[in-house]
Amino acid sequence: MTERPDNAVTRGGPEGVRSQTTAVPGVSDLGPKARRGGGDRSMVPDVEFTSYYGRPIVKESPWKEEIPAYLFTGGLAAGSSLLAAGADLTGRSGMRRSARFAALGALSFSMGALVRDLGKPSRFLNMLRVVKLTSPMSVGTWILSAYGPFAGAAAASELVGMLPESARTGPLRLAPYAGRPAGLVAALFAPPVAAYTAVLLADTSTPSWHEAYRELPFVFVGSAAAAASGLSLATSPLAENGPARRLALGGAALELAMEHRMERSMGITAEPLHQGTAGRFLRAAKALTVAGIAGSLLAGRSRTMAVASGAALMAGSWCTRFGVFEAGQQSARDPKYVVVPQRQRMEREGPVRYSE
Amino acid sequence: MTSLFEPNDLWGPLDPAADAGYGEDRPQRKGFFTDTSICIGCKACEVACKEWNDVPADHFDMLGSSYDNSHSLNANQWRHVAFIEQPAGRAPVDLGMPGVGGPGVGGPGVGGPGVGRPDADGEGDAESMDFRWLMSSDVCKHCTHAGCLDVCPTGALFRTEFGTVVVQDDVCNGCGYCVPACPYGVIERRTGPDDAKNVGIAQKCTLCYDRLDAGKRPACAQACPTESIQFGDVEELRERANQRVAQLHEAGVMDARLYGNDPADGVGGTGAFFLLLDEPEVYGFPPDPVVPTRDLPDMFRKASLAAATLLAGAAFAFVGRRR
Repeated sequence: MTERPDNAVTRGGPEGVRSQTTAVPGVSDLGPKARRGGGDRSMVPDVEFTSYYGRPIVKESPWKEEIPAYLFTGGLAAGSSLLAAGADLTGRSGMRRSARFAALGALSFSMGALVRDLGKPSRFLNMLRVVKLTSPMSVGTWILSAYGPFAGAAAASELVGMLPESARTGPLRLAPYAGRPAGLVAALFAPPVAAYTAVLLADTSTPSWHEAYRELPFVFVGSAAAAASGLSLATSPLAENGPARRLALGGAALELAMEHRMERSMGITAEPLHQGTAGRFLRAAKALTVAGIAGSLLAGRSRTMAVASGAALMAGSWCTRFGVFEAGQQSARDPKYVVVPQRQRMEREGPVRYSE
Repeated sequence: MTSLFEPNDLWGPLDPAADAGYGEDRPQRKGFFTDTSICIGCKACEVACKEWNDVPADHFDMLGSSYDNSHSLNANQWRHVAFIEQPAGRAPVDLGMPGVGGPGVGGPGVGGPGVGRPDADGEGDAESMDFRWLMSSDVCKHCTHAGCLDVCPTGALFRTEFGTVVVQDDVCNGCGYCVPACPYGVIERRTGPDDAKNVGIAQKCTLCYDRLDAGKRPACAQACPTESIQFGDVEELRERANQRVAQLHEAGVMDARLYGNDPADGVGGTGAFFLLLDEPEVYGFPPDPVVPTRDLPDMFRKASLAAATLLAGAAFAFVGRRR
């Protein structure tokens, strides 16, 4: 709950656009002082709207940094499982090993973040009471429930394989044979793990999440591919990292291209992507991802370049997730992003009315 | 993907209780018609709601926004009375209508305090009345297509036999997804005070589910001294609201309009709807809300395509060159 009822209307455009509220005439007097520095810019030059004392209309999600961190690690796990399966099938054992461990590590972090974020963590398992197609969180929980055990089994098999022969007794002797099937099933569930989180954010009334729903899944899978490839570049033998370089390039390019397209399709709700914390994260994301792409071109020859470009790609993905998350939170705090798009739509098409 | 959902599952006109599986013997859908033109801003509804539902009073601030000191609908505020002071010059249409209870304006209550405007000829205390006061008691809308209910992953939010939407405190795990899902910003996760029950749990109006079960009116409607908050069968309330608007229009209050009464709107019509005297956003309502789940089939399609792209991209990365 915001304690600053008038903060929302102080965001003027570049020319000192006046945000209007008939509720409090005094509050509407916003001069050019309302302009922020840095990369802030207004997509729509002149916006007037009415609100109740500038207070938010929709509520921002109560989610904290655990959720964008989960968005990142979930993508990292999914991408790593794909790389692990590919490495397994093409005989790249070094890459396979690091990717399987990466998937399990990222997944464990994800689970911790998801539980920590709950208001009643002890009731985590209540998620498994129902299967609900209208709830992306329910769908996601079941996707993770299908993916997790297999990603875990693949990593466990890898771990057992590292034990000395004498220590592999009883059922442990079977473990190496379970690695491939488990890894392949994990790879099959991995893409939904990477993609559903976009629907999770988009299926809300948070303006800058909902309006992004057309492109966000592509941004997120691109970001997942870039992050996982980045980690693989940093942790795999140079001689095996060709696929990681190619996936890094493809993923990062997809992320950048779709993010650009997303900004253009969102109308006024794209503004928060350029403002405040979200703007800083997303500018950093672009710079890091571009640097990561450039570095990855040399990552086949130099260990240093492989590690540096891998780190840049991962950091870029991290910033993308935090930027998109934060942009939504910012858009929910400002009634402008609820009122103006709805008014614009009403002017264009009339009020939303169901027809057969 | 669309075929996963029945027609009108996600939006469009629907009897929500029947859709949820309640049989023919279910009661009529219940709701509120809040006629803001006769709200006097007494806040009896806020108090009655807190008393009956044991909602903690932890958020009472001097906000400097007219008589509004309860801020908003939130976890600890299930009724919220909005106060809007409008300078006469800023009013959308200068009605020049008679003041309180003027004769021959269509029966008692038409020119209620909410629509009190100075006479064109300066009769009475028009000099001091250079503004109009809008007051409105806001509440959960109990949408036909409720975003909060759609996205709840535990089934804690459910549709009652009365067609209302209620949280089961003992099932909710506090995931918080319902909070951003609501197009009206109603439901919220309770964060305090520390000694309150249900901290960490999503909280909102239940339309006094326990009172309905006992055949009583919700506490707010029971306490409302002007019957600005009317409780009843939604079908009947919609008719009553139409009559009231017609009555006000006849009396020259052309600003009067209904909000949430149309079953074809973006949330399939609300169980709690309103008569307003200005644009919805003046009262803090979204002007044309749509349940986010309306677009869910399209979202799943886009996400499936993205997932397929990732799978194909990863496969492609391993094809061809050896390193």
